[in-house]
This record gives sequence, C-alpha cells and structure tokens, in this order.
Amino acid sequence: MKESDVPQDKSSLKENDIKELCYAVNEKGEYVTALSSGWDTKTIVQEATLHQIEERILEAKQQVREGIYSPIVYFMELNRMDMQTLCAYVSMWKWRVKRHFRPSVYNRLNDKILQRYADAFGISVAELKAFTGKE
Amino acid sequence: MTVDFKHHQSAHCENGVASNLLINQGLQISEPMAFGLGSGLFYVYLPFVKVNHAPAISYRPLPGLIFNRLAKRLGLKVKRIKFSNRAKAQQVLEQKIAEGIPCGLQVGVFHLPYFPEEYRFHFNAHNLVVYGKEGDNFLVSDPVMETTTILTPNELERVRFAQGAFAPKGQIYYPVQLPQTVNWECAIYKAIKKTCRDMLAPVPIVGVKGMRMVARAIVKWPKKVGGPKANHYLAQMVRMQEEIGTGGGGFRFIYAAFLQEAGNKIGNTKLVELSKEMTEIGDSWRDFAVNAARVYKKRKNGDDVYVSLSKELMSLADREEQFFKKLKKAI
Repeated sequence: MKESDVPQDKSSLKENDIKELCYAVNEKGEYVTALSSGWDTKTIVQEATLHQIEERILEAKQQVREGIYSPIVYFMELNRMDMQTLCAYVSMWKWRVKRHFRPSVYNRLNDKILQRYADAFGISVAELKAFTGKE
Repeated sequence: MTVDFKHHQSAHCENGVASNLLINQGLQISEPMAFGLGSGLFYVYLPFVKVNHAPAISYRPLPGLIFNRLAKRLGLKVKRIKFSNRAKAQQVLEQKIAEGIPCGLQVGVFHLPYFPEEYRFHFNAHNLVVYGKEGDNFLVSDPVMETTTILTPNELERVRFAQGAFAPKGQIYYPVQLPQTVNWECAIYKAIKKTCRDMLAPVPIVGVKGMRMVARAIVKWPKKVGGPKANHYLAQMVRMQEEIGTGGGGFRFIYAAFLQEAGNKIGNTKLVELSKEMTEIGDSWRDFAVNAARVYKKRKNGDDVYVSLSKELMSLADREEQFFKKLKKAI
C-alpha cells in the first residue's frame, strides 16, 4: 500500500473522531505510518455484522413474545453474547443455561439466579422480569 | 501518582503494548520490530470453532505469544500475574504504579467505554497499558487510540474480569530485567525462521495449507450453508483480516515494514528486497477483501463469484508459499 493510497473514507471511526494507524510505503520506498479515517470495504463488513446482530435480536424478541424462549435469550443476543460467553458470565454449565431458555423453567427461577443473569446483562432483576418482548 | 509514560499509537494492540512498554524502559523497539521478532505473522483456520457465528480464521498466534517470544529473543524477562480476587487485582496494580512500573493489561473489549459501538464484541485478548492514577481514575494508554484515555475503577474492573474465551482474569504483565546488549542478528534470524516454519507447516489448517483449505471451503459454502450464511462467513473473514487491528492486509504490511527495518539494521539487502514482495502480497490481500465485500453487498450471487474468490485465495497461498521459501533461504 502506498502512502497516498491509505483510505480516508467515511466510517464509524470518523464519527467518533478516532483514526486508525496503517503501515504504508512512501515515495522513496520506505515504510512509514499513516493515519486512516476508515475504509469502505471495512465499513461494509462491519455493517454486515451489525445487521446480522440486529436480525438475531429481532428474532429473539419475537420468540420471547410467542413464548418459545425466555427473555434470557433476548438479552443474550442484545449483549452480543454466545452460549459460551453467557455461561462464563453467570458461572453455570451450558445445560443449565439452556434449560433456563425454556419459559416454564425460567418462570420458576428464584431471584438469586435471576440476579446472576441480570448482572451479566448489566440490568436489574426487575427489568429482566418486566421484559415480555411485547413493546 | 503518575509514571512518566510516552504514548505511541500503533496498529495492533499486543505489539503496541510490547513496543510502548519497552520504549519506556529505554529499549528502542518499533511496533513492526516487536511484531516481527515475536513471529506475529500467522494463519490458522479453525472450522470447528465459531466466532460471531462463523468459522474462526486467525491471522496471528494465540494472545500473549507475541510478547513472550519477543522477550525470549531479546533476552528479557516478563512477569505475568493473574488474579482470582478482584480487590487484590486492583491493589497489586496500584502498588505497581506506585513503584513506577507501567503495567500491560489484558482486557475484554466489550465493556470498553471509549470504543465505538461497531468494535465492541466479546473479544477478550485486547491489551492496554495502565501508567498512573489521577484521583480515583486510572490513566490508560490504549495503543490503538491516538491519545491516552482514563477509566474509572469500576470500568477497569469490568474489562479486566471479562468472561468467556481467553478470559483475561485480571492479568497484568511488565518486563523485568532488561538485557544489557541485544544480538539483533541472531534474534531477527530466529524470529524469521519461526515464521517461515509456521507458514509452511505441514498441518492442514495452518499457514499456506490453511489458506488453501479455506479456499476450498469457500466454493462449498453456498451449497452447504446457503447463500446468506456463506456471505456472512465471508464478511467475518474480511473483518478478521482488516478490522481487528491488523494494520491492513492481515498483518502483511506490518511484516513488510519489519523486513525492511530488520534488513537495514543488520545489513541484509535480501530482506529489504523481500519486503517489497510482501507489500505486493499485502496489496493482493486488500484486493481480496474488496472483492469479498463486494460479493456480500450484492447479496444475490452465482456460484462463479465464489469460485473466483477461491481462486484468488489459492493464488495468494501459492505466492506466500514461494515467498516464505525464499525468505527461508535469505537468512
């Protein structure tokens, strides 16, 4: 990459006033560092990722509303977590967390267990309980 | 209490922290040098591990390895401490700052408040330096940021004890015992040898063989997982290559910068020549990223676009194989 070719496209970095460091070759063929405000190709894949997360959240919301899954699934997606990450945050085994995905099991959980989930999601137990996926 | 600490921005967090910590200890070492000496260039394809619901492709070795290898080659020692107790973790950090030692920290990215939304994922192998305390807040030098930042004790605790894969467990590290003299020639040759061995490894998922495996898989994705998911896989692949602080082209440009610097340092013109070739390969990686992103954007694609992407990656693998064979002979 030549120094003059370092992309200066619009991106989320620019909105946050952050610039990224790149390595590029100057006219004499020496390597120098250059700041880039973003690259369209990168923005495309980032938007792709965010779009996919958005879709997963909407899907989870609908499933909660229809009573297929418990709100834990929604908040897991909202916090961009996967199974492994959630299990680690609440320090429970996967089969136990999976069981809590079932609304019938979830509704019988005590506050102590719910608190662990609420902490992992950075919300209060009341907020977790109040979520029905309807609003 | 503040330690006199000079912040330098870098492309990648781990090399950046390594370089920043060592420069502040009086050992002048640039980011590409730290990356190269740590044998940071790597490629591995892990189809059975899913990251963001796509197969994992990594362009660098396991977190922590770059700094450890760098330390070994320079003959310095790195002290690493992990904690199970959160209060203790903070206490030890404060104590080290009071002693005037800036510490490298492994942290999770998701809860870092100064990162833009688009970059916040549960990725736990980010590195930064804490070099002081102002009132209650910690002074932070995050190498990928232009300037230094601050974190409250609660925020810092949250990122230090992030959970999931590569959980940092509050890890801090700092160099102890700096070498009197460094045998650059020996260090550079050893590091390059290791990189060549990694990239040409006779393991199907590693190095150029790994690239070929991915190239073969790309053709199969549309049939195996369907169009949208195949495109998602491609998007994640490009993200890993370009976004996660690679300095562009999946670290190829940093490595080229290293070869140039190393060649000039020890007077090996072959390395400087090869640096040019590495830059060209890096440019081709960028082209590959552009094409892959285009496939994603178009959404509806025939099978032929996947075939042509696959061919592009195959040719990259061939070129890199040639390149690392030449590099091996140059040292």
